This record gives sequence, structure tokens and C-alpha cells, in this order.
Amino acid sequence: MPDHVVTDPILTAEGIVVRFGDLTAVDRVDLAVQRGSIYGLLGPNGAGKTTLIRVLATLLKPDAGRATVAGIDVVEDPGLARTRLGLAGQFAAVDEYQTGRENVQMIGRLYRLSARESRQRTDDILERIGLVDAADRRVGTYSGGMRRRLDLAASLIGRPEVMFLDEPTTGIDPRSRVGIWDLVQDLVRGGTTVLLTTQYLEEADVLADRIGVIDHGRIITEGTADELKATMGGTIIEVEIDPAHRDEYETALAGVGEGETTFDEQRNLLRIPAREGAESLLAVGRALDRAELVPVDIETHKPTLDDVFLAVTDDTPSDDAPAPSDGQAPGRKARR
Amino acid sequence: MTTTTAPATSEPGSHIGLSEAFTDAMVITRRGIVRILRLPQLLVFATIQPVMFLLLFNFVFGGALGETLPPVANGEYINWLMPGLLVQIVTFGAGQTATGLTEDLSSGVIDRFRSLPMARSAVLAGRTLADLLRNAFVITLMLVVAVLIGFRWQASFAGFLGGVALALGFAFSLSWLMASLGLKIKNPEAVQSAIFIPVFPFVFASSVFVPTDTFPTWLQAFADHQPVTVVANAIRGLMLGVGALPAGQTVTGQVWLAVAWIVGLLAIFAPLAVRLYRRAVI
Ligand SMILES: Nc1ncnc2c1ncn2[C@@H]1O[C@H](COP(=O)(O)OP(=O)(O)O)[C@@H](O)[C@H]1O
Ligand SMILES: [Mg+2]
Repeated sequence: MPDHVVTDPILTAEGIVVRFGDLTAVDRVDLAVQRGSIYGLLGPNGAGKTTLIRVLATLLKPDAGRATVAGIDVVEDPGLARTRLGLAGQFAAVDEYQTGRENVQMIGRLYRLSARESRQRTDDILERIGLVDAADRRVGTYSGGMRRRLDLAASLIGRPEVMFLDEPTTGIDPRSRVGIWDLVQDLVRGGTTVLLTTQYLEEADVLADRIGVIDHGRIITEGTADELKATMGGTIIEVEIDPAHRDEYETALAGVGEGETTFDEQRNLLRIPAREGAESLLAVGRALDRAELVPVDIETHKPTLDDVFLAVTDDTPSDDAPAPSDGQAPGRKARR
Repeated sequence: MTTTTAPATSEPGSHIGLSEAFTDAMVITRRGIVRILRLPQLLVFATIQPVMFLLLFNFVFGGALGETLPPVANGEYINWLMPGLLVQIVTFGAGQTATGLTEDLSSGVIDRFRSLPMARSAVLAGRTLADLLRNAFVITLMLVVAVLIGFRWQASFAGFLGGVALALGFAFSLSWLMASLGLKIKNPEAVQSAIFIPVFPFVFASSVFVPTDTFPTWLQAFADHQPVTVVANAIRGLMLGVGALPAGQTVTGQVWLAVAWIVGLLAIFAPLAVRLYRRAVI
């Protein structure tokens, strides 16, 4: 992992551990997030993303470790920390029976704004998230994407320095997803620091300045999207094979490429990270020729975060899962 | 590895004063009232259902029972029924505190509130206060309808008001019991069935509808000592006079007993609910 210096960390965590009985949901997590940046926590379902966010947002006391938001210890002074942070949880926590405007105003009041200030800021926010026309309709009539935007905007009324967004686009349609991305980028331009979690590689790639890949409660690797991709070498060579001859292929290709070759059992693909595209491809061809093996297909591509994810976790990323329909996230557990 | 420079210093002053806590509770109370007003199923519980109970019980049982009641009822079943029915209706409605809280828990609203710099007490205080206001509305509505169909208090007006206050006090203490239950069980469906079943024996095996002296001995033993009977008797004593009470009971004695139940329930369940709320990790 490249050395990385965070000069102005507005969010830090050191050795955070959370246990539920025998399960270690968050396991010695360290974080340092630069002021004004977007940090993406990328990991599959059950990786510990929500639990970590709950600790950082003062909802859950960690079993070990410490964390600060804007320099305030979240365990020692949660009350003060709450004045500096905003949370949009995994499910849009807005009241269906209140209008969009009423929802935002209520949160404003709870952030200690006067009734008048709360009203004014609500108008600004509704405009910013494009909900002016729907502002006086009950949220029960909103689409999933609108609810998400409202949920996010409701926290903005307190002008938090750090916003926590837990899977902000899970379960909403692709078009609304882009709307949320714009909103997040807009937020950061306004000076807010964002920590978001996602199961979507593309989302982390588009939004995050730095990405931490989390699985089984551990941050396995961290860096910018480019750095993470670079750890995979410059190119990925994918050799589609007849799985009956997998052993022969693996023997023939041993030592070709950089780093670990992986096998995708669903698609019968051997993935070989390589430094230099053309040269490595020729090497693969020569090796296969010597072994008298003819693969079904060979392809090369630049590494994506998918490749990083596949290499560092034992789960498949959920980008391959069927596109989520509005309001129903894939693999979403019963609401607890 | 990631290196960190020294974080900025923190500022003091995160303590929440009484007036802020009050404002927060009012914001949540308002939310609770808006919820009742705008959700049709809740509005029905607060309006049509209690009036329907009142009319049905009065006209179905009234004719048969009017003769057998103590003389203080003046031969009118409604006079006997109404004080008891106030207890019945607040007991039936109490579960709403629990279901509302579990819905907030499972929808993530409680998480959102807990991440805000608001008073911790406000969520529970606001919810129970909104439910108290709902009960005040329901009781007023029922009393208006009851007066229209012939209900008259037989003792003093002060006694009548005292009876209403007892009904509200009991409703408030049940709200905290239900809040504890909701925060303990957490699942909206599970909490509904956990409340629904026990409510029936408490309301029907009581003095709400008829005097308990015709019950089999074993049932009477339960009925006479459970809180719904205690509070119903106290309200009846206040509204109708001592003649409405079983032999040996005094109005003052019953009122103190009812107050003891209310205070006792509050003393146990208010701190318990607050504790469960603090730990409401889902
Ligand atoms: N309150 C809880 N009690 C017990 N186990 C929990 C609790 N919350 C989360 N977990 C477990 O901790 C692990 C991490 O969960 P979570 O943080 O929700 O993951 P993610 O948000 O990445 O999907 C999972 O195995 C989950 O089942
Ligand atoms: Mg999660």
C-alpha cells in the first residue's frame, strides 16, 4: 500500500473493534479522511460497513478503539460530535405522513435551528435537491429516489462537517442514482466531507477520492481508485477455458504474469494480472502453445475495481447481481 | 500506511439544557400528532372505534342490565358504563405507543434521531405526550357522545373532572409500559400480537362492564385486584358516588389505590423505557 499522508483529517478512527457475541463485525479498523474529500467504503453485504458507520455516527459504542469527528471524540463527547455530523442511514428514514418540507424542517428544529432559520434553509435545500415542486406533497407519494434525496437533504440542514451516507443508492433505479451522485459531489464542493459505503464498484470509482475495501470487518486494502487498480498490474488477461482441463491450464500458465492468477468458476475464466499488455499476452500464447492447449477465448482489459475486489475478497461483488428494482435492494434482509 | 496529523481541538458546550429538551420534546410531540391525524387507521382508532364501542355496549347490554345495577346508576346503564369505558378505551389504545416506536426503530428514524444533537429524552417524552393528547381527545369525544345519549355524573363536577384525570393518568402510565414493551420486542408485528392478547382478559375480566360479584370466585379474585378494575372503580366512585363501589370500599381509598397503580407503573416503566431506548441497538 502506498504511503499516504492525510494532512487535515476531519474524520479518524484507530483500532475500532465491534463484537456481537462471537462475531467480530468490525475488526481493528483505522481510518483517516481528509477534510473536503469523499471516502468510499466498499464491501459486500455483511462486511461491517453499517456497523462501522454506526460507531462513527455515535450510535454504537465500540468494544475497542477511538474515533474523532472534527476533532471530537465520538465516544467521550457524542453530544458535541452530533452537532458536526449528519447521517443518512441505509433506509430512507423520512416520515411518509409528513410532507417533504415538514420532514426537513423537523430535522432543522432538532439541529437547534430557530423555526425561522429552519424554514429558510429548508427552502434552499429543497431547491438544491430539485424537490421544490413536490415539497408540499406527503412523502408517501414519493418515489424511492426522491425519498433518498430527501433523506440525504434532511441531514444537510444542520450543515454538518461530516456526512455519513450508508449505501446511498442501494435499491434505487439507475437514473436516480446519478442524481444522488450529483448531490454528493455538490455537497463536497460546498466543503462537506463525505464517508459513504457502497456495494457498487462503479459508485466508489466515480465518487470516492479514496477507497477502502472492507470484508469481514477488516479494511483489506486502501487507496485511490487508480492505485487500487495499479496493484493489479497494468492489464488483466482473461483466458476462457474448458473447466475439465483447468489443472493443465494452470500448470502451463504458472509463472506467467504478475501476482496471483484467479479462476472464476461461473464464467470459466482464468484471470492473469500482467504488467505489460502485449508482451504478457504473447507469453500466455506461447505457454499455451507449448502445452498444446487451445482456449475458448482470450481477452485483455484494463483492471477495474471489480478485479481488485475479486482479488482481495472471497465474495463476488454485487455489481453482477440483477439490477435492483426501486425500493428493493438485492439481498436485503428483512428490516430489523 | 496512513499517517495522521494532530486533530483540531474540540469545543465545549454540548450539554443540552432543560429548555432545549422541552423544545425537542415539543417537536416530537407535534410529529406524533400529525401522524395520528394523517394516518386513517389511527384516526379511526381515535374516533369511530371508541364511539362505536360506547353505542354498542350501551344499547346492547343497557336494557338487560339497567335493572340490576346499584341505585346510584339511576337505572341508566350509561351512567354505570361510561366511567369504566374510559379505562377500556385507553387500555385498548395504549398499544399504539409500542407500535409507533417499533415502526420508528425498524425504519431507521430512531437512528436518525440518535445521530442528531437533540435531547435523548425527547423521543420518548414526545411520543408519550402525543399519545396523552390523543387520549384526551378520545375521552372528550366519548364524553360528548355519552352526554348526548343520557350520561350524567351523579356526584360532583369536581369528582367528574377527577375521574377524567385518573383515566388520563392511567393512560399515560400504560404508554410507558407499552414503550418498554415496544423497545424490548422491536418487531412491529410481534409487538402487536404481544399486546393484543393480554389486553382482552384485563379489560373484560374487570368491573368495566358489569359488577364483578356475579363472576365465579376465582375470576373475581383476579378481577377485583387488577389495575383496570381498580382504576375503573375509582373513576366510578368519583363520578357516581360511593354507592357505585362494592361493599367496604371508599371513594378515597379507591382513588389512592388507583393513584398508587399509576405512580407504580410510571416508576417502573419510565426508567426502564429510557434504559431500553439508550440501548436500542438493532
Ligand atoms: N445488532 C447486531 N447483532 C448481531 N449481529 C449483528 C448486528 N448488526 C450487525 N450484525 C452482524 O455484523 C456483521 C456486519 O453487519 P453490517 O455492519 O450490517 O454489514 P454491512 O453493512 O456491510 O452489510 C453481519 O454479519 C451482521 O449480521
Ligand atoms: Mg449495511
